[in-house]
Amino acid sequence: MIKYLAYRLLQLIPPLFGLTIILFVLLRVGGDPIYHLVDPEASAEEIEEVRKAYGFDKPLLVQYMNQMEMIFTGNFGKSFRFKTEAMPLIIERLPATIELALFSILVALIIAIPAGCLSAIYQNSILDLFVTIFSTIGRAMPNFWIGIMLIFFFSVVFRILPVSGRLEATSIILPAITLGTSIATTMARILRSSMIEVIRKEYIVTAKSKGLSKFKIIRSHILRNSLIAVTTVFGLQFAWILGGSVIVEEVFAWPGMGRLILKSVQLRDYSVVQAGVFIFAIIVMFTNLTVDMIYAYLDPRIRYK
Amino acid sequence: MNNFLNRLKSSPVGILGFSIIIIVFFLSIFSEIISPYDPNQYNLRMRYIPPFWISGDLNFILGTDQLGRDMLSRLIYGTRISVIVGIGGVIVSMVIGVFIGLICGFYRGIIDAILSRVIDTLMSIPFILLAISIVGMVGISGNDSLIVIIVVLGLTGWITFARVIRAEVLSIREKEYVESAYAIGQTNFLIIIKHILPNVIPYIIVLSTLQIATVIIAESSLSFLGLGVKPPIVTWGSMLADGRDHLATSWWLATFPGLAITFTTLGLIIFGDWLRDYLDPKMNT
Repeated sequence: MIKYLAYRLLQLIPPLFGLTIILFVLLRVGGDPIYHLVDPEASAEEIEEVRKAYGFDKPLLVQYMNQMEMIFTGNFGKSFRFKTEAMPLIIERLPATIELALFSILVALIIAIPAGCLSAIYQNSILDLFVTIFSTIGRAMPNFWIGIMLIFFFSVVFRILPVSGRLEATSIILPAITLGTSIATTMARILRSSMIEVIRKEYIVTAKSKGLSKFKIIRSHILRNSLIAVTTVFGLQFAWILGGSVIVEEVFAWPGMGRLILKSVQLRDYSVVQAGVFIFAIIVMFTNLTVDMIYAYLDPRIRYK
Repeated sequence: MNNFLNRLKSSPVGILGFSIIIIVFFLSIFSEIISPYDPNQYNLRMRYIPPFWISGDLNFILGTDQLGRDMLSRLIYGTRISVIVGIGGVIVSMVIGVFIGLICGFYRGIIDAILSRVIDTLMSIPFILLAISIVGMVGISGNDSLIVIIVVLGLTGWITFARVIRAEVLSIREKEYVESAYAIGQTNFLIIIKHILPNVIPYIIVLSTLQIATVIIAESSLSFLGLGVKPPIVTWGSMLADGRDHLATSWWLATFPGLAITFTTLGLIIFGDWLRDYLDPKMNT
């Protein structure tokens, strides 16, 4: 297990290196990066001063080395909007984003596990059709629209839940449902197809012939084995979930990282964008690592490959 | 082609998806003829008219918005951007992704190792976040905003193609007919073009269909966030963003554009899933 962990950690080095290149290119993709860092009304002298201060007057390779140093020390420079270091600004909003992600995943599990199980067990029934129709429509709906419609019904028409923000305990409900339903559609679909595959396996026939109850077979044989596939896909999907959270945070004015990055993109507050993209990527990489470790724990064949 | 139509005829779901795609495509081409009004023609005396079943006003079937513009005409014109960006973005990702997938899968070795790491890196950054950041950094000005959006969504979406095609090519290159092609001394280039590419075309078709839906949702997200194509071009995403501010008084402003997006992507997803079964039942994306 330790050996496998070490191997997986080593595998993180190339993407981390790639990430430094992406961040470097991102800053320069819109032309001279200096204009992202100074006030739009700055004079020519001020611009030159900032250029020197940030080292943008040096050769590209030196600039890249400087940036590497910045990334590995976690120092992404100052935000011109807040006049403070960019990294703490992002970290400060991390808990809200994590909270949203975790609650959404919870909502997704609550919807997807029963839906996926039922439609796999009663394959080709009316129930299965119902789940399939709903999950297909769910896949087609943009999540910001789901969010707006939920606000319309629960906050405008029935007035039972807060429209936006993170001030009340109930504030999390609508954002979590919005993001959760879009995760659930994919999850239910994968759970259904992997369960159908497992049901046909020989060990299920054995379990049946042993005289185990239907519930027990489903719980300890079918569902358990199918969840391995769901875990893997979940790891691959995690980047997508965080991407969705950026938009959901904007719809509900949820004070997380995504909303801060978005505002910073609109204002071209570059150091914050860079720090934010970096943290998002790190979260995804380490989530995938964790998922892989869990997977290796569940299925020893992976460890010895 | 005949086989395709026969199989399609026997599948109600396939027909539904295909019809939706045809309807949206048709609306986008003939927007001028079909729309009852100019989508940007405003009339402040005609603001906030609800849809006809509430207002009884058949002049504005789906009502009017905060500037008195006809909702139906705006929705019809909105199909254009979705269709152009959807197809354009997917063509860009397809060309890059298929090329990289073929090279990685066929040559393996060092090129594959490097490009696979690039793909790993890009996969760790949420697709929409990357698109938002690039659009924000490049900046969008009036005339070329459409091109910027297509290129950005194309450049961020090629990974899906590259991954699937690479995996397929890895198994195809081990087939006997590829080995025989080697044995008779065909060049690598010819083997790729004549023996490998034709075998991955079904995958390209299915992925493209499903990917157009993804790009349409991404485009409307960008427009919704104010980072998309600029007015006077009508987009469903920006209509939704406008409608959101009037949710308490005029629900139809945010409801219809969302329905339009869902309708379009639903058609693509249903048809894409059907195509996958039709072209290769084993494929799993």
